[in-house]
Amino acid sequence: MTILVIAEHDNKVVAPATLNTVAAAAKIGGDIHVLVAGQGAGAVAEAAAKIAGVAKVLVADNAAYAHQLPENVAPLVAELGAGYSHILAAATSNGKNILPRVAAQLEVDQISEIISVESADTFKRPIYAGNAIATVQSNAAVKVITVRATGFDPVAAEGGSAAVEAVAAAHNAGTSSFVGEELAKSDRPELTAAKIVVSGGRGMQNGDNFKHLYALADKLGAAVGASRAAVDAGFVPNDMQVGQTGKIVAPQLYIAVGISGAIQHLAGMKDSKVIVAINKDEEAPIFQVADYGLVTDLFEAVPEMVSLV
Amino acid sequence: MRVLVSIKRVVDYNVKIRVKADNSGVDLANVKMSMNPFCEIAVEEAVRLKEKGVATEIVVVSVGPSTAQEQLRTALALGADRAILVESAEDLTSLAVAKLLKAVVDKEQPQLVILGKQAIDSDNNQTGQMLAALSGYGQGTFASKVEVSGDSVAVTREIDGGAQTVSLKLPAIVTTDLRLNEPRYASLPNIMKAKKKPLEVLTPDALGVSTASTNKTVKVEAPAARSAGIKVKSVAELVEKLKNEAKVI
Ligand SMILES: Cc1cc2nc3c(=O)[nH]c(=O)nc-3n(C[C@H](O)[C@H](O)[C@H](O)COP(=O)(O)OP(=O)(O)OC[C@H]3O[C@@H](n4cnc5c(N)ncnc54)[C@H](O)[C@@H]3O)c2cc1C
Ligand SMILES: Cc1cc2nc3c(=O)[nH]c(=O)nc-3n(C[C@H](O)[C@H](O)[C@H](O)COP(=O)(O)OP(=O)(O)OC[C@H]3O[C@@H](n4cnc5c(N)ncnc54)[C@H](O)[C@@H]3O)c2cc1C
Repeated sequence: MTILVIAEHDNKVVAPATLNTVAAAAKIGGDIHVLVAGQGAGAVAEAAAKIAGVAKVLVADNAAYAHQLPENVAPLVAELGAGYSHILAAATSNGKNILPRVAAQLEVDQISEIISVESADTFKRPIYAGNAIATVQSNAAVKVITVRATGFDPVAAEGGSAAVEAVAAAHNAGTSSFVGEELAKSDRPELTAAKIVVSGGRGMQNGDNFKHLYALADKLGAAVGASRAAVDAGFVPNDMQVGQTGKIVAPQLYIAVGISGAIQHLAGMKDSKVIVAINKDEEAPIFQVADYGLVTDLFEAVPEMVSLV
Repeated sequence: MRVLVSIKRVVDYNVKIRVKADNSGVDLANVKMSMNPFCEIAVEEAVRLKEKGVATEIVVVSVGPSTAQEQLRTALALGADRAILVESAEDLTSLAVAKLLKAVVDKEQPQLVILGKQAIDSDNNQTGQMLAALSGYGQGTFASKVEVSGDSVAVTREIDGGAQTVSLKLPAIVTTDLRLNEPRYASLPNIMKAKKKPLEVLTPDALGVSTASTNKTVKVEAPAARSAGIKVKSVAELVEKLKNEAKVI
């Protein structure tokens, strides 16, 4: 059994989610190879070779792969992956974009967002916004799987010494091109990797008021998230949305401020170790999952908390 | 330009679902069913393209039981011109659905196919990408903006780090994210008119598609419940507990 893990990267660094994906591969068992598809991604390949448990790194360096366009990367993964027992990618926006395309090319069903490995062919995954957990078995020759990072503790980024091998395969479908991107810049930790997350909801009233949460986050070394309502209202950008259809987080501490606790929001954070809710409505459903609830006005509580921590 | 919109009948997003006692699945008896919210956004986008004069005809398709005709009628009331039901009572996987949609694409030859990014029941987030692979088309997933110009479409996508824009040659596949638009409600006169719009019923057999699957659901369980904790009286008490009891700050 040999498993192909698709590295998540920006041509410069390996994203932490790759370490969780390798951890899932290690649970399945067998040799682990990592594919780095990109352009000028030599540093990524070097870093991938150091990941604990990785036996080989395949590097496909080509302008067609520079922006991870699925029309070009999926045929590459399908071609290389056909000889593997499993193909794994992180359930990031990139993994979700590419892997179903690979599965369709290989004519197999994909298993999305696994949270545990039961055996080499059987996995658990949440459905219905995490309100049910399905155990799914695959009899596909190549099992195509996306991995929810919060389900697997990351392997060590250092300690391995895998061989690095270039692959020549170039696929350029010519159906798509990259136009541009606007990436959020922040000095705070990345939402899905942060140990502490402070999230704001509609109760924040406007984008400017998020400054209170940024102040708290900076004191705690935390990332800042939001509910869908806060994103839809334009308080903060979409990459901050936590939930069923946003990002899934499971930090040591999640502080929900002015968030009611709709099931779609809970789906993205209820596996956090400790949950704090600050809400002025004592009936808010968020209190049903909170370890510590504080019924009060957030505009008083948050500044006070900033001064106390 | 013809636009094909794919819609799925799912449990309404407000319903708190229950796992069946025998762990065979989720109890869907007497539960409110609706159009998947991302599919509503897909229909709305198609209707806006028609209002702008970009689209000339909107065809909606659903794969599912005969009751999915309700959701197709809703889409017709929202502005779609005609509907196709690929009738199947089975729980089809995304690949099977994508293969059926591919057969419909071959038949209808749309320039643009709009789907939801994910169905809120199975949360797969696969079908659009699979349809794109099977048809060899470009894909703009998780779209927050769609602009057709000439023979291409620019799609702005919600990605983990922010937003990305790609340009795709038509025909192309788009899957919707939450911020693409705010769907309208159907008006009563339009609901009445929708009853007279054409709705064709096909079968997987008639389309020549095998819906065999490599996945099998072994069991479905309720998640581990999280119990409510305590209410603290002040910020000071909260900070004290986080420091000394939970030891997380
Ligand atoms: C298809 C679909 C997908 C969705 N995906 C997601 C998702 O991924 N993530 C997500 O979050 N939601 C998602 N939602 C939306 C979800 O259903 C809720 O609408 C949303 O989470 C509500 O956000 P909120 O809690 O901020 O707002 P509200 O429900 O309006 O809650 C605001 C809360 O703030 C409190 N409050 C107000 N003022 C104060 C104050 N001064 N002090 C203290 N408390 C105050 C109120 O008591 C209230 O509880 C989705 C919905 C659908 C249909
Ligand atoms: C308890 C239970 C467990 C299940 N477990 C699995 C499982 O483990 N793996 C699995 O693959 N399937 C499973 N299924 C089947 C699953 O419900 C879906 O029917 C199937 O996976 C289709 O994919 P999706 O809805 O997740 O598509 P997504 O890719 O999430 O849907 C995206 C979009 O595709 C379009 N679309 C999807 N389905 C249809 C449709 N029927 N008609 C028209 N358009 C559609 C819509 O535009 C939708 O917004 C299970 C079903 C149940 C009830």
